[in-house]
Amino acid sequence: MKYDHDEIIEHYRLMLVIRRFEDVLDQLFGEGVIVGTSHFCAGQEACAVGAVAALRPSDLVSSNHRGHGHFLAKGGEPRRLMAELFGKATGYAGGRGGSQHMAEFSLGFLGTHGITGGMIPVATGAALSQKLLNTGNVVLCFFGDGATGSGAFHEAVNMGAIWELPIVYFCENNLYAMSMPVAEAFKVTSIAERAAAYGLPGVVVDGNDYFAVREATGEAAEHARSAHGPTLVEAHTYRHYGHSKSDDCGYRSAEEEAAWRARDPLKLMRERLIAEGSLTEAAAEALAQEAEQIIADAIEFARNSPDPDPETLCDGVFADFD
Amino acid sequence: MRETYFSHAIRETLAEEMARDERVIMLGEDIAEYGGAFKITAGFAERFGKERVRNTPIAEGGFTGVAIGAALTGLRPVVEMMFMDFITLALDQLINHAAKFRYQYGEQARVPLVVRCPAGAGRSYGPTHSQSLERHLVATPGLVVVAPSTAHDAKGLLKSAIRCDDPVIFIESKVLYGRRGDVPEGDYTVPLGEAKVVRDGEDCTIVAYSRMTEESLRAAEALAAKSVSCEVIDLRTLAPMDTETVAESVRKTGRVVVTEEGPLTGGIGAEVVARVVESCFDYLQAPPQRVAASDTPVPASRVLEEAAIPSARQIAEAVVRSIRAG
Ligand SMILES: Cc1ncc(C[n+]2csc(CCOP(=O)(O)OP(=O)(O)O)c2C)c(N)n1
Ligand SMILES: [Mg+2]
Repeated sequence: MKYDHDEIIEHYRLMLVIRRFEDVLDQLFGEGVIVGTSHFCAGQEACAVGAVAALRPSDLVSSNHRGHGHFLAKGGEPRRLMAELFGKATGYAGGRGGSQHMAEFSLGFLGTHGITGGMIPVATGAALSQKLLNTGNVVLCFFGDGATGSGAFHEAVNMGAIWELPIVYFCENNLYAMSMPVAEAFKVTSIAERAAAYGLPGVVVDGNDYFAVREATGEAAEHARSAHGPTLVEAHTYRHYGHSKSDDCGYRSAEEEAAWRARDPLKLMRERLIAEGSLTEAAAEALAQEAEQIIADAIEFARNSPDPDPETLCDGVFADFD
Repeated sequence: MRETYFSHAIRETLAEEMARDERVIMLGEDIAEYGGAFKITAGFAERFGKERVRNTPIAEGGFTGVAIGAALTGLRPVVEMMFMDFITLALDQLINHAAKFRYQYGEQARVPLVVRCPAGAGRSYGPTHSQSLERHLVATPGLVVVAPSTAHDAKGLLKSAIRCDDPVIFIESKVLYGRRGDVPEGDYTVPLGEAKVVRDGEDCTIVAYSRMTEESLRAAEALAAKSVSCEVIDLRTLAPMDTETVAESVRKTGRVVVTEEGPLTGGIGAEVVARVVESCFDYLQAPPQRVAASDTPVPASRVLEEAAIPSARQIAEAVVRSIRAG
């Protein structure tokens, strides 16, 4: 294999951790332990983990509303993500942001965000600084198929293209924006095709295949790093849950859901690693248990963490005027 | 009279107006089969067809502009902004286009547009899904801004808004969706531009709108037990503002507390207080008080959100401060 064995196993474990994180969140919302809303990325783990695997640690990642996987893949601690979802002081945003508004710049994670498409220009700006400051880093910008309907997407990708910025535009095409199927949202049959409109390369990849995602993102990242500008990567994938916790998915057929579940990214990776002899059934089981343990620990941490102090409500609105 | 939910009153009004006038169409994200994020338009696509109930891509600036163009040329579009927070993406179309066409192009131009905006905090949705952004719209001449506090007024005001030839921003408190109230069946309107005295009192005027009206009524109730009599005014329309109804009350009570769910600085309260001071300075027995959210983004965590957003308690405290002041 082209990649380091231990690293691959670690990434498989990370995908299990992300899956467990989302499954458990679904329960916690159901029980009313967590309030607000959240968008689960279960089913899309190979995009997050495969794409970030293609980066250097100092590279940057921007996210969207469905960002738990992106954040965990970039090194986010399950404990502090979970605490943020519990609205606790120990969360990444001190409870201020919740699922859709958290970041950790020391990890190169520029943030989840609640405005669809809003982070695409921001990520493009981060790529501009990488270029002007000569950091040698690239930016990986995650967004969904729905976000490509926004003006922000077109305006930012065009600027990324004309200025040949070191950025990878990574579209997780999970076939729906909320209830809106891609076929209703645009006439082109492939999002990657749109790259031509900006004079960029566009590639389509199987978003449920960790190796395919890693390969495609790796090429795009090296293209960007060597001053050749952005690539638009379109990864085909599927979310297992509804859009957010309140969605019953009435707009998807049972057959479609079953077909995609049969191509579950965790299952595909496990089968491949076992077939290659890199993993045994027993080892896979042990990894799944580790993942459960990590998430159980994160919940424990979040439960036992203090609420934010209301006295701090008005702190930190400005950098220079507090 | 029949009791129904605030959200159902809005749904019923939209359905009645679509049935009444073929020119009424709807645009928004996930409003067709899915029925919108808050299920207000459930069943509409089936009943009125997807030509008139149009799902849009995630392109608020674009679809608001499309609605404005359609309004200018014969249709009467109702846009659903999934969350009011996203209206920021449509502000160019609203502020630089819709609000100005009548003034710059003259009588030939009308923009019979309604932009429905689920707004406000209280659900721990965090900084980009909890805002009350009406201040930005009220400050734009040419836009009508409406914010009902009851299911009854939601229906009557929405009818007026859809029949109005000016662009109307229609603010729907997400928390109020779940409230029930008396709503007449069939057709009636509540006039735009008229505030309403929703509780009579002598000692202090409380000015509110949208969800803060119920908080104000709660505060007034609590104060009544302590023999403080509050008059509560529901503005209902924020622009153009009905200054006279407020001024008349303040001339009687000599005190005013204004409350809103958005942050303090540059808010609706600032505008109301300025008008009160201009029109009844000599009647004031105490400095006007504003009760608003903290000058911060709306935090997600329940404890922080509760600390940020005003409630009946702060309103009552402001009334007491006002009375102690003179
Ligand atoms: C500007 C803006 N408009 C609308 C929304 C509401 N919204 C949140 S996510 C979403 C769908 C996004 O679809 P996509 O980009 O495909 O991502 P996915 O949810 O499928 O991961 C919508 C409409 C929003 N958050 N921001
Ligand atoms: Mg999608």
